[in-house]
Amino acid sequence: MSVKPVPSLKDRFSLGLQAPICLTWELTYACNLSCVHCLSSSGRRDPDELSTAEAKAVIDEMAAMQIFYVNIGGGEPLLRPDFFELVDHAVASGVGVKFSTNGSRLTPERAERLAATDYVDVQISIDGADAVTNDAVRGEGSFDTAIGAMENLAAAGFGEFKISVVMTRHNIPQLDQFQAIADRFGAQLRLTRLRPSGRGADTWHELHPTAEQQRELYQWLLARPNTLTGDSFFHLSALGDPLEGLNLCGAGRVVCLIDPVGDVYACPFVIHDEFKAGNVRDDGGFSRVWLDSEVFAALREPQSAGACTSCGSYDACQGGCMAAKFFTGLPLDGPDPECVLGHADEALAAVKVPVLLRPTTTVDHSARRPVSLSRR
Amino acid sequence: MTAPAIAGGVDFDLEAAWGLNAQVALRDEEFGALAYHYGTRRLVFLKSRLLVDLVRALDDHDSAAAALVSLVEPSEFHRYAAALATLVPSEIIHER
Ligand code: SF4
Ligand code: SF4
Repeated sequence: MSVKPVPSLKDRFSLGLQAPICLTWELTYACNLSCVHCLSSSGRRDPDELSTAEAKAVIDEMAAMQIFYVNIGGGEPLLRPDFFELVDHAVASGVGVKFSTNGSRLTPERAERLAATDYVDVQISIDGADAVTNDAVRGEGSFDTAIGAMENLAAAGFGEFKISVVMTRHNIPQLDQFQAIADRFGAQLRLTRLRPSGRGADTWHELHPTAEQQRELYQWLLARPNTLTGDSFFHLSALGDPLEGLNLCGAGRVVCLIDPVGDVYACPFVIHDEFKAGNVRDDGGFSRVWLDSEVFAALREPQSAGACTSCGSYDACQGGCMAAKFFTGLPLDGPDPECVLGHADEALAAVKVPVLLRPTTTVDHSARRPVSLSRR
Repeated sequence: MTAPAIAGGVDFDLEAAWGLNAQVALRDEEFGALAYHYGTRRLVFLKSRLLVDLVRALDDHDSAAAALVSLVEPSEFHRYAAALATLVPSEIIHER
């Protein structure tokens, strides 16, 4: 087996980085959709959202910290009336912007404006390769809306945008169709992992891929090393050759989230008090939170492998995703709920019963209408 | 000194003048530095402080070899020349 130089770099991350490498900034909890797996339980705008001036101050701090680019999400970021003002400010400060949108507000005019801006990447989310599969998760009409936004970007000559797909039990059979959609638009496909975070905590058990589908996805990704994944499938590396990427959980070490009200969490998938490190409005701002918070200091300590210690695949898989373990009620120092060797199956079956005792997201901005659930 | 013309199996002209690409920003870190290329939007890890110093010194020297001589122990020339060579395909450094 080839030994990659990655482990030494991994050790070096434990020294702590001056700034995150993968910083996500959810600009707003407002969203016109209510996807059943939304990681941030978005819907309603939070009245305490950062003001334009505060948001610009955060961007200035990012520039000072040499954060080269920021991943902007939400909610639906285009619902912020000052969206373009903030993007322009970021780009002018040397902070590139990659932003995710459901496409509903990506009009031809906005597509042209984006095409004219350097250092802006756009990701349009779909979760099915056809309307039936997609709309079951993202809501009625959302597939056509997203395709319309892609057409607007193409017509504006934006160039290579990204199509972002969260892999589920229902869309893994459509991998080749997703690739065909991307090819049609000259876009890049980005596949990410479904985590039981936000509203995903309620739907994960029905939506997450089967063991067989995980193997299918792994083979598909191995054959297409250029597919973007945000490093999210490293738990699949336990199946054999490692996938491209750093292959580690970067929460609080490499990865970080700033939420719409300025709260700083270890990762976009752990919006929960346990992983809240501070707020950008605190003295010392974001940089102080990143460098000095106790929550992050604890995450940067060497982590125990727990029940994974005896597993021969631990080097490749590192026990998987902390968020996935936390929100399924599994111990953080044990196997991932989707451990490809099935080592979590028993423990998962055991915690499945007291659903109400599982940690849920402590921040919920879901619209006050019930999200449709197929259970109970 | 005799500098190797080929470092780490990659063609790398040590006698040429090299420099940091103007589209690249370096962020110092304990382990070395992160290099971000705004054009290709690629992030590259420079895995030692000395390599970072060397990359920054390229612009001040008439050749990569001269930069190496000024900063690196002779026994380490090969290693650092090879490390420089790996930064060429990602366009972090380029010939001036
Ligand atoms: S037992 Fe742990 S380390 Fe081994 S494959 Fe499963 S999650 Fe990964
Ligand atoms: S908790 Fe999961 S999603 Fe977050 S950084 Fe770790 S592996 Fe990635």
